Amino acid sequence: MGAYLIRRVGYGLITVLGVLFLLFVLFFAVTDPDDIARKAVGERARPEVYALWKKNHGYDRPLLLNRAYAAGDSRRYTDTLLFDHYRRMLTFDFGNSDADDSLIARRLKEGMGPSLSLTVPLFAFGLVLGVLLALFVAFFRETYIDRAVLVLCMLTMSIAGLLYIISGQYLIGMLLKWFPISGFAFEPYLAGRFLALPVLVGVVSGIGADVRLYRTIFVEESNRDYVRTARAKGCGEVRVMLAHVLRNALIPILSNIVITIPFLFTGALLLESFFGIPGLGSLTVEAIQGNDFSTLRTMVYLGALLFIAGQILTDISYALADPRVRLT
Amino acid sequence: MGFLSNTLVVLLLVGGVWLARLVARDRYWRENATQLWRRRPLALITLALFLLIGVLDSVGWVGGGASGEDDVAALRSRTLIDRLFQPERFTEASYSAPLARLSFYGGQPLKHPGKHLLGTDILGRDVVYRAFKGVRVALLIGGFTSLIVIPIALLFGVFAGYFGKRIDDAVFFLMTVLASVPSLLLLIALVMVMGRGTLQVCIALGITGWVHFCRIARGETLKLREAEFVDAARALGVSDLTIIRRHVLPNIAHLIIITFALSFTGLVLAETILSYLGIGLDGSWGQMIDQARNELSRTPIIWWNLAGASVALFVLILAVNMIADALRDIIDPRTRREGR
Repeated sequence: MGAYLIRRVGYGLITVLGVLFLLFVLFFAVTDPDDIARKAVGERARPEVYALWKKNHGYDRPLLLNRAYAAGDSRRYTDTLLFDHYRRMLTFDFGNSDADDSLIARRLKEGMGPSLSLTVPLFAFGLVLGVLLALFVAFFRETYIDRAVLVLCMLTMSIAGLLYIISGQYLIGMLLKWFPISGFAFEPYLAGRFLALPVLVGVVSGIGADVRLYRTIFVEESNRDYVRTARAKGCGEVRVMLAHVLRNALIPILSNIVITIPFLFTGALLLESFFGIPGLGSLTVEAIQGNDFSTLRTMVYLGALLFIAGQILTDISYALADPRVRLT
Repeated sequence: MGFLSNTLVVLLLVGGVWLARLVARDRYWRENATQLWRRRPLALITLALFLLIGVLDSVGWVGGGASGEDDVAALRSRTLIDRLFQPERFTEASYSAPLARLSFYGGQPLKHPGKHLLGTDILGRDVVYRAFKGVRVALLIGGFTSLIVIPIALLFGVFAGYFGKRIDDAVFFLMTVLASVPSLLLLIALVMVMGRGTLQVCIALGITGWVHFCRIARGETLKLREAEFVDAARALGVSDLTIIRRHVLPNIAHLIIITFALSFTGLVLAETILSYLGIGLDGSWGQMIDQARNELSRTPIIWWNLAGASVALFVLILAVNMIADALRDIIDPRTRREGR
């Protein structure tokens, strides 16, 4: 187990290094730092302004290796964009935003609360509702109820997320006036009122795909031998579904959930920006619209980091829970 | 532009005929195709209509415009759809309701009174025309991207699975790295970095979706490598490349088709998000929806812009989803065994 753990974490670390290299290629090699500077200070800025901006944001260094070192440059050989990128990302020193020079770390900290207060209920409600509906459908498999719900799921899957938000805001926010259309507050009662609509819209827009997936898992499980055994010893169909099938199906369901964990932190981009929730999703949207490459880079990195961590955790818990998983 | 899309249409038609002949000749594919037709006739017809509109919107030539236009417009190539709707007969106009005779803009008479089936948008452009123009963009996003991505993913995935060892390690690492970045963020980062434009967005979508195909191709090839018929072929002295061409590729074709159908909808829906963020493709339904989203708060409410784009989007996605679903039932042996 120890050796497996070390190997798994080691591979995760190498993957992180790979992701960082991908980000380096994308954000420093493909985009010219000159481009970033031009977008930040404007097309018509004088060369001095440019150079100063690049110097202040650390974009003035060479890309891979500081060859000027041998020629008497005071800076070290590794004082380059590549090494600096790795050093800063790995030590979580994200520096300043390219757009407004604010500290990225501070903005991350500010955005975390609102983001989590949206995504955690969204995640929890979506999961519980999805599993319950799928169980219900799987219980009535091969009947008209099953068909009807599956068709309904297909219909909901075919609607763009954008439309759910627009129609939700219009119907519930504007016509029925049940909840405010957008906004956010830290006070619990108000936050609940503000978050109700985005959570509802998010759950509805995501439920179709979830129910279909979970139903397939449940139906697959209910064809297994142990289910026949349970029936043979006299379990009712409800008990079979709830006690036997649900418990065994939880493992594949959980592994599917892990994939969505980074989204808990990076926030739901569309939901947050439409409903005016000042979370990490809004931060990302602002970064896109403001050409803020350093913030965007940080968000992509954090998303990937969380994903890798989540995968390592699933793999380890798999290995712990299921003795059939070979530790190779 | 006109020349490029014309050649593309010819190439696509030739490719389509070639594929149809291949399907008709092989018994397995012929039976699957007839079964698909029997199960989802409506969805297939809908998709065919969309394809027709897309093709009509890709065949264009210069000249033959309305009289009294300026030189720039006269030199632009116009597609069949353009010629049908003639949007260049521009009169100053604004919103008009479906089948209306007047526009909002000073109660002006419309150019085709009572004939704008879905009304016009803020600039007096026919909504049906704009929705039709979006068909080509959507098909480009979904189809063209896949056409680029599938061969590359197959190459990497099959070679990695077949030859194993170093090649497999390298490809697997690349896949892990790309799969570790949440796909929407990766997509956004790629488009931001490469800039806007049809090709750039297609490449970004391709890089994001590539991993999925590659993983499936690799996994299936790993299984096939151990198959007895591959062993037999190897024992007979067939070269590796021939084995891949004759024995591996035909046996993963069905999975690739299913994955293509499933990823098509994902690609088109992802573009709507990009459009909202302002980095989408020009003329796409996503952009139409994005432009129309604030019009709901006007009085009288302007719903037809949003409805035109979103119904078109919904119908296309639904048709492809239905087809993908039926395809999976028909050709994937794993779901078939489950007994429907």
